[in-house]
Amino acid sequence: MITHYPVLQVIIPLIGAPLCLLFPVPRLAGLFALLVSSLAFLVSCGLLQQVMVHGTLVYALGGWAAPWGIEYRIDYLNSYLLLLVSSMSTVVLIAAQSSIRRELPQNRQTYFYTAYLLCLTGLLGILATGDAFNVFVFLEISSLSSYTLIALGTDRRALTASYQYLIMGTIGATFIIIGVGLMYMMTGTLNMNDLAERLPEVNHSRTVLSAFGFFIVGVCLKLALFPLHLWLPNAYAFAPSIATAFLAATATKVAVYVLIRYVFTVFGIEYVESVLPLQEIFLVLGLVGIFAASVSAIYQLNIKRLFAYSSVAQIGYMILGLAIGTQLGLAATLLHMFNHALMKGALFLAIGSVVYRINSSQLNHMAGLGRKMPWTMAAIVIGGLSLVGVPLTVGFVSKWYLVLALLEKGWWLVTVLVLISSLLALIYVWRIIEWVYFTPARIHLSEVREAPLSQLVPVWILVIANIYFGLDTSLTVGVSKLAAQSLFGLFGAAP
Amino acid sequence: MNIIGLYNYWIVVVLMAIGFFIVIAHENLIKKLIGLSIFQTAVFFLYISMGKVVGGTAPILDDKWHLYSNPLPHVLILTAIVVGISTTAVGLALVVRIQEAYGSIEEHEIQTLNAQDQIECQLEAYGFMKNNAFSVKSLDE
Repeated sequence: MITHYPVLQVIIPLIGAPLCLLFPVPRLAGLFALLVSSLAFLVSCGLLQQVMVHGTLVYALGGWAAPWGIEYRIDYLNSYLLLLVSSMSTVVLIAAQSSIRRELPQNRQTYFYTAYLLCLTGLLGILATGDAFNVFVFLEISSLSSYTLIALGTDRRALTASYQYLIMGTIGATFIIIGVGLMYMMTGTLNMNDLAERLPEVNHSRTVLSAFGFFIVGVCLKLALFPLHLWLPNAYAFAPSIATAFLAATATKVAVYVLIRYVFTVFGIEYVESVLPLQEIFLVLGLVGIFAASVSAIYQLNIKRLFAYSSVAQIGYMILGLAIGTQLGLAATLLHMFNHALMKGALFLAIGSVVYRINSSQLNHMAGLGRKMPWTMAAIVIGGLSLVGVPLTVGFVSKWYLVLALLEKGWWLVTVLVLISSLLALIYVWRIIEWVYFTPARIHLSEVREAPLSQLVPVWILVIANIYFGLDTSLTVGVSKLAAQSLFGLFGAAP
Repeated sequence: MNIIGLYNYWIVVVLMAIGFFIVIAHENLIKKLIGLSIFQTAVFFLYISMGKVVGGTAPILDDKWHLYSNPLPHVLILTAIVVGISTTAVGLALVVRIQEAYGSIEEHEIQTLNAQDQIECQLEAYGFMKNNAFSVKSLDE
């Protein structure tokens, strides 16, 4: 049983998704989805524990050995992110039970849970697999189901947002298979380890260079790196709140993982730096993204859209960590992936509770809610402070390591810019606080009560995690550093 | 450089460019999806071309044949075709619902309507709407 954990991780939600459709009552489908996701969470806990004890796990799918069959390969990096994705999914599903009942019509709720589990399958699959083409297949499973999730939003703009995401997402995914195809052409293998071994022999060829180019652009579309982020704000703003919480906490992180995996494991950082000024490109795009998106966030009236822009900015920080190109920089990126998932999960779930009560995510409709929904609003404030990077929260930990990495590299100017950008985050968080606490409540808010316990509990689990991992960093920093070490220690060779 | 011998790759590049151009340049949402399909099909050709071995046949074990084409890219493309069809299906379903919600599938008309929605929200926020009581759904569970 334990030896089959790597495949169970992906198979459990995959089988759960169609079974979910069989439930006649949406309420049961929701509970079933929660059960499936909790099982996936337990499996990922087991995997992380095994990896800590035994090192990298290798699983040959269907008993076919690696070069022929598909291989699942779990190391520090995967197992850490598998744990992140499955735990976020489980926490979000607890809140989903009541929120989905309110936000979606009865006849669509079961489909929501089915698409949700498929999306979870795709994300876990991307993380677990060690096969380049398999990454594409799982990427499309998760993308197609997230288009559906977004289109389930009740505003009609959800449909156009989903369509726009579909077009851009498919172009990104197609670029990725072009990249994989060209790599296969030169090496005759799809296994990531084999690719890493064989690519150096054919490094000089233009085919590998174009494979690399296509791949990077495709992944950057998926992870919404600035100029390629246009699909993200609308998709997050108009999707059902639960879908936003799940996607914001996991989807872009998984795309960042794919980027890291290919740059460090498959192509090798030496090759990457010799053919493209990737460090400079990432540095510039990351910084411009942070500033442009943070400024856009300040002007948003819809709080979901505000945090969607802030997500684009936070992706900028992750890319900045990669741009530094040192072990510490990579560790900062990995740390921020984990921490940002905690922050955005808490924030979007809290917004989900607001939508549950007042049926709107406009800031002006939230005027005076601070008194009506004190716990939910306190959660938004703590999540917001964490985004800014106030000490005692996870946001501070990741900014701290990012700044350390920047200083180690000697990039003073960038460090100053990163600190200034935190002030921009403070501005948009302050705008929320001003609307929520210092603007008189509207008359019709008199009936609004605090969110139900079934939503407060998951929100506060994440808020407390925000504080806990801000104080006790042994797990997050420890695993991030180990993962960064293993990626750097053996570049080109087995992870 | 062997230009004619690589004609299948030229076709791939041309199709890819045509498909990509249609996605970017056309306003009609269905035409965009058609462009997307052409773009994806070009990639299928790329994969199938690379699996071809000159003089090779389909990989059927038989004494008469000794040279086989590489079947792996073909199998991969079977998967990619399924993905492509699902993408087109989801896309078309979205277009049907966009037509129902907006009464149009032309991008600029939809954008105008979206901008109107946006402006209404803004006006309401700053108190220009007469009826600014928005609906609070029934508050009992």
